Amino acid sequence: MQELLQYLFSGLTSGAIYAVIALGFTMLYNATGLINFAQGEFVMLGALSLVSLWKGFELPLAVAFAGSVAGVAAVGILMERLAIGSVRKPHPIVLVIITVGASILFRGVAMMIWGKDAHSVGTFSKHAPIEIGGAVLLPQSVWILVIVLLVVACLQFFYRKTLTGKAMEACAISKKAAALLGIGTERMTLLAFAVSAAMGALGGILIAPITMSSYDMGTMLGLKGFCAAMLGGLGTSWGAVLGGLLLGVLESLGVGFVSSSLKDAIAFLLLLLILYMRPSGILGKRAVHRF
Amino acid sequence: MKCRMKVLALVMVQLAAVMSFSLPSCLAEETYKIGGLFSVTGPTSFLGDPEKKSLQMAIDEINAKGGIDGRKLEAVIRDTEGMPDKAVLGANELISNEKVLAIIGPSLTQTTLPLVPLAESNKVPLISCAAGIEITEPVKPYVFKTAQNDVLAVATIYDHMKKNNIKKVGILTVENSFGESGKKQLMSQAAQFGIEVVQAESFGGKDTDMTAQLTKIRAAKPDAIIAWGTNPGPAVVARNAQQLNIKTPLYQSHGVASPKFIELAQDAAEGIFLPTGKILVADQLPDSDPQKPVLKSYIEQFEKEFKMPVSGFGGYAYDAMHMLAKAMKGTGGDREKIRANLEKIAGHVGISGTFNFSPTDHNGLSQDAFVMVQIKDGKWKLLGD
Repeated sequence: MQELLQYLFSGLTSGAIYAVIALGFTMLYNATGLINFAQGEFVMLGALSLVSLWKGFELPLAVAFAGSVAGVAAVGILMERLAIGSVRKPHPIVLVIITVGASILFRGVAMMIWGKDAHSVGTFSKHAPIEIGGAVLLPQSVWILVIVLLVVACLQFFYRKTLTGKAMEACAISKKAAALLGIGTERMTLLAFAVSAAMGALGGILIAPITMSSYDMGTMLGLKGFCAAMLGGLGTSWGAVLGGLLLGVLESLGVGFVSSSLKDAIAFLLLLLILYMRPSGILGKRAVHRF
Repeated sequence: MKCRMKVLALVMVQLAAVMSFSLPSCLAEETYKIGGLFSVTGPTSFLGDPEKKSLQMAIDEINAKGGIDGRKLEAVIRDTEGMPDKAVLGANELISNEKVLAIIGPSLTQTTLPLVPLAESNKVPLISCAAGIEITEPVKPYVFKTAQNDVLAVATIYDHMKKNNIKKVGILTVENSFGESGKKQLMSQAAQFGIEVVQAESFGGKDTDMTAQLTKIRAAKPDAIIAWGTNPGPAVVARNAQQLNIKTPLYQSHGVASPKFIELAQDAAEGIFLPTGKILVADQLPDSDPQKPVLKSYIEQFEKEFKMPVSGFGGYAYDAMHMLAKAMKGTGGDREKIRANLEKIAGHVGISGTFNFSPTDHNGLSQDAFVMVQIKDGKWKLLGD
């Protein structure tokens, strides 16, 4: 029982991280119909920026936190302006390949800035781990879960209640119609890139204190985030959260009750099964064609 | 017409300049070329970089003493980036184009193994700096290595456990060749020391959280936990163990025996046991230790020359070069004679231990190459017997 609880806590912690990354994918997909394979690299940039700002320059945590998010969002905007927005014939497959290229570029630049070694930072707060029924819940895990839930709530508010959010959704449904109605579609794409990059950075910042950050951490995290987004249903915020948490818990239960060497295999096998039964994901709308 | 003459004259002058520059390199044929293949860049540069520097240092030392039989040595270094395909390319280039007498390196087991058939078929002595036991076991005529075997590291850990009455262990190994080799040794040697492995788990090299594995190990109630990997994984294990409030002693492998581990694991590193070469605790060695003077002079010279703290890994290349120099004396550059001489090296006091090569042992180290240390106040503390 104690073990089961511990597996759940571990799973929820890593699952929450996957969820934030999945939210980044979802956000951009909603606004532009694009899958950004550099999303994992935004996570890495967020984590390493935090290492530099918080530990390197010894800024207060809140400043370092905001600085990292803003910095990575700026990178997202730059990426859209230089690499995505300037493509003359924006065929989806071309854009996806561009994002793959951008991810390799980010990784290379990060290796030059931060070196090849891993870096570590302390936890956000110095509380002792909380014991529940013999299992240990880390204060950092609580931070992560709370922040993730807050982010989802904010996103929901943004889409439902604000004009900009509605405009963004309109862009996703039909870019042409939105433009005819006077919505600045280019501005919306730019905003989506900035927010999804910020989301990636947030994931990186949250994960930095519980693990090690290095230039090559982004690829695997990006992949897991993508899986989480697919699992929950690409395009829905709650789906991303559900998918992320489910993937995290499946992984840690896989370690606990089957074998740690099969951890990733179990998670991905279940993903295949779920997608086989529900191709649009758990919370995804069934077969909605937008084009 | 005049213009064309001018161009011709210019070309002639340039040609002459190029030729005069290339003259010294014709003379350089007189030097002995030694190939170096290391992971100078890439994720395992923490091995390759000090190895490359140490090789250069050893060669400078030998040249300062007049070289070998009056001929100077020259290092030709190629970067493997830790990738087997780059290692093979580099080795082919060193053997066919540079015609090196011998190759020192590569830094990793997975980059060394593909070179074994190359060294054998071209009859070029290869002295690897990697730890994997499969490099020299079974013995191949042209392949040697200077890094300590995992076998010795595991024996050192189990020896320490036996003395401290530890009977049941849980092991957590990384999913790569280093971890697999460690796991194999941990499993096979346990019985000899009266130790039982009660739970064996593994983790991916880039995993961010090992609490699930540690929870499973804790449930098996071991007396100690052994984590086997190279950074950053083991540092995550150390942190997770601290977070889960696991009180059982934590042992790590020699793969993390560098200051980087303490920096990454921060206060979670406190109290961890690990086996390491003597270089990390050279100051704490008793004066009776034959390696102490060798270690001290190496450390002093390395830190003076490169203005960076010495690591435990550069010594592999340093030992390899000095033994190679011993073996090259009087051979006139005959590779077969060099190989035969290498097998005769006995009692060579090096950085990683005292080497005794023989036709049946191409690693030549014994268990005294390792000592147990504990991390105390962020520093290595040598544990007495």
